[in-house]
Amino acid sequence: MAAMKPVLYSAAISSCSYRVRIALSLKGVEYEYRAVEWNDTDYEKINPIKYVPALQDGDILVSDSLAIILYLEDKYPQHLLLPQDLKRKALNLQIASIVCSSIQPLQCYAVIGLIKGKLGPDESLQIVHHYIDKGFRAIEKLLEGCDSKFATGDEVQLADVFLAPQIHAGVTRFDIDMSKYPHLERFYKAYMEIPAFQAARPENQPDAPSPPQ
Amino acid sequence: MASAEAPAARPILYSYWRSSCSHRVRIALNLKGIDYEYRAVNLLKGEQSDPEFMKLNPMKFVPALVDGDAVIGDSYAIALYLEDKYPQRPLLPQDLKKKALNIQIASIVCSGIQPLHNLTLVRFIEQKVGTGESIPWVQQQIDRGFTAVENMIKGCAGKFAMGDEVQLADVFLAPQIFAAVTRYQTDMSNYPTLARLHGQYMTHPAFEAALPDRQPDAPSSG
Repeated sequence: MAAMKPVLYSAAISSCSYRVRIALSLKGVEYEYRAVEWNDTDYEKINPIKYVPALQDGDILVSDSLAIILYLEDKYPQHLLLPQDLKRKALNLQIASIVCSSIQPLQCYAVIGLIKGKLGPDESLQIVHHYIDKGFRAIEKLLEGCDSKFATGDEVQLADVFLAPQIHAGVTRFDIDMSKYPHLERFYKAYMEIPAFQAARPENQPDAPSPPQ
Repeated sequence: MASAEAPAARPILYSYWRSSCSHRVRIALNLKGIDYEYRAVNLLKGEQSDPEFMKLNPMKFVPALVDGDAVIGDSYAIALYLEDKYPQRPLLPQDLKKKALNIQIASIVCSGIQPLHNLTLVRFIEQKVGTGESIPWVQQQIDRGFTAVENMIKGCAGKFAMGDEVQLADVFLAPQIFAAVTRYQTDMSNYPTLARLHGQYMTHPAFEAALPDRQPDAPSSG
């Protein structure tokens, strides 16, 4: 009997889900896409902690984009996303961590604050801009002098998997001026040419929001 | 006079006594028996903005680790670097399911809880949303994260989060629970497994030595 495909519980616009979709595409792992909606009570039965994304692979259920991607790295070692060299590996993890701990959760707070009426639109955007700018400037510093095609070399690696969705969100939702971050701007243009990144874009998912009329 | 080859320099940890993220790395270093040099970065005096420190970590966060020619910021990246460089006392199991569970728990702490009570955000909430608004906010984030972790480990019968051996999940949980209890008045009775773990951590030598008030830059008592 053929092994079941892994199932990805994802939301099209979720930056965290976008990271995992890129990793799965890069590794050529075929998967079943299951869209999860906000406050989805059926999903709670599958994943009691309710976080998206989550990956069901056989009898393993993994939530959290970093945990899923590190799991994929072990289970599907084709197109490795982390180099052997410890310094470059640490740089990948540091960049990924800046995105997933120091930018995205604060951005999420600002968006939720706006939705719940705790923050006005200007204040919400101010928070988003503050944290994206801080994180992007730090990453630019870490990559000073870098002339490789991607963040940590000429192959796409973990840092790129985390950067692409964050830059995408910045550009499409928060009006970020990428010319202030020349390395990131250059990488982003390169990412948008890669089929695995294109396939993972929010607008290409089954649950993509319809474009405004 | 010719000298014998100098021994390898100890790793240097840039840390602040009260920083939860620094606390994690101190635990990891102690667990692995790594002798290190402690360099204090006084966050209250703004030393994280010193140009010399910013070269080590442009995010202006502690911890940062200098180990030979490796310079690493971010507790997650440092912990996984230590895991590779100093494989004694491994913090991650080989089993993929258990490894993933460790990483998830570490992520809940370092992406889902701790950044949402960072000082800048708390100050912003106090100024823009309202005085006193930050406390329920922080408590809510702790509750959300702790409820998730409690759910993930409640079936575990061992001494620590994942069993009878200390693992990465413990390294990340201990400082967060400590902060929740000592700074945010968290009622741990809602999370019985985490409450029990807190008791374990408070009596384990590697964890005890990493506690904030044991650090060289902790304000002296009395």
